[in-house]
Amino acid sequence: MTKYISSTINHFILSIGLLIMVVPIWIIFASSTHSSLFINTNGLQFFLGDNFIDNYSRVLFKQSGFFNEITALKMFLNSFVMATGIATLSVITSLMAAYGLVYFKVKYATFIFWLIFITLLVPLELRIMPSYIVMSKLNLVNTFAGLILPISASAIATFFFRQFYKSIPDELLEAAKLDGTNSWSFFIDFLIPLSKTMIAAVFIFMFVFGYNQYLWPLIMTTSEQYWTVVMGLKTMYGSISDRFAFVIMSMIPPVIIIIFLQKLFIQGIFQNK
Amino acid sequence: MKKVQFKSNYSQYFFLAPQLLILLIFLYWPIIQTFKDAFTMQDAFGFGSQFAGFDNFLFIFSDPSYFTAFKFTIIYSFVITFITGSIGLLLAVQANKVMHGKSAYKTLLIWPYAIAPAVVGVMANYFFSERYGLLHHLFNNLWGFNWYENVFDAYIYVIIAGSWKQISANFIFFLAGLQAIQKTVIEASIIDCKSNIRRFWTITFPLLMPTTFFLIIINITYAFFDTFGIIDTTTIGAPGSETKTLVYKAYIDGFKGLDLGSAGAQSIMMMIIVLVITIFQFRYIEGKIHYN
Repeated sequence: MTKYISSTINHFILSIGLLIMVVPIWIIFASSTHSSLFINTNGLQFFLGDNFIDNYSRVLFKQSGFFNEITALKMFLNSFVMATGIATLSVITSLMAAYGLVYFKVKYATFIFWLIFITLLVPLELRIMPSYIVMSKLNLVNTFAGLILPISASAIATFFFRQFYKSIPDELLEAAKLDGTNSWSFFIDFLIPLSKTMIAAVFIFMFVFGYNQYLWPLIMTTSEQYWTVVMGLKTMYGSISDRFAFVIMSMIPPVIIIIFLQKLFIQGIFQNK
Repeated sequence: MKKVQFKSNYSQYFFLAPQLLILLIFLYWPIIQTFKDAFTMQDAFGFGSQFAGFDNFLFIFSDPSYFTAFKFTIIYSFVITFITGSIGLLLAVQANKVMHGKSAYKTLLIWPYAIAPAVVGVMANYFFSERYGLLHHLFNNLWGFNWYENVFDAYIYVIIAGSWKQISANFIFFLAGLQAIQKTVIEASIIDCKSNIRRFWTITFPLLMPTTFFLIIINITYAFFDTFGIIDTTTIGAPGSETKTLVYKAYIDGFKGLDLGSAGAQSIMMMIIVLVITIFQFRYIEGKIHYN
């Protein structure tokens, strides 16, 4: 009997939690299926309307922005290019750097270690203005390289891979060395297959991180051709239901990734703790 | 590092080079520029600049709006850490106990974690707008809510907007922490102590200490840096500059006000704060908490 009561309490508290996390998104979604006129007279809605296809297709394909040069579809494309670029570049460079640090005798190893890891203390937000100046000197404003490179300049992934490599038993390298494996094929044939879960987890993490960037694209893109989804939210003009529809669409890619790959993601994080 | 290593004269540099190159160009160059800016004074028209010593630092310390931003950032990180940590822990404990629907709860509670802070801010905007906003109406009926004039109301606005998605992050990590506690420890404690609540505070919570401290740092960094998108899409610092975080103020002064010297000095002050938090984390906390 007490077991029954306590489990009811558990479910009750969890349901309140669910209400807090899910209801706000539901309300925005439900409101996005009504016409703007209806929202303007009746406020936010809890029940679905019948303008779903109208609103969403209009937002996806309509030209918007100050100069009407971009569609939401193009913004999604830009965001994907940017997020994929950031995730790919940081996974590759971090995998390699961590390998160099853990498996080799490096001159000035401590110095290089600090050169890499001190960067964890300086997030992009702290160097936003000088970064912009550097990018304009390099002629990288309004390019994908300009959107991708400064954000992939992060040591967080290197830190994860380094921890992971250190947990791999030394015997693996000893055995590989006995077989005459060189450093390149040890990296490609042994370490990368072993790090699959880690690589996937870091990739997901960096993809969502890149997709969700707001301030950097806002500063780096003066041309509408390079607008991304998350920064477009603030600058996009349209009727109220268009904006609701855009908010809902903007969260779909990262949310789907996290829901379907949550196990992998959590596993990746906790392999290191 | 490893006891067994490769001996090579150049391979290691080949592996290190790509990352070091990117860091040098896109991180160290701007950082050096930040330090340069912080110690130079530029005239208002951008024609010339001269070495200014600590003038920019003295300027921000004598600026009352810097202290307003400092105060707000401290309050904001403390409140967000406390709210999201306790709700996250409460939900994680419940989710760890239930037999049915565990993974459904987990999935539905985790997904707001993936939503960008700027998107959350835009959503919060609708809930707090005078015209459509449900929360605006609710609070207005309770005590006459007016966030663009009343500081307390503006705090409520940005705290609700800032906490919402971070509850998910706390939930994920606390749940994983709880699942890592060995079943035998819990079973043994049930024999010794019948009270659920006492058992939680004397056995489970101390075992969760590493997760808790990890999350405190995560939440503080979130409140410092990631809330930029939230502030910029909700109050924009209003009323006055009462809800500007340090990061937001540095951005406004540097990018909108074009005062590079002040923005540089503010960035260096924040680097010092982050450094202090990190040292505190490594030295003090890592030594004191109990790992199982």
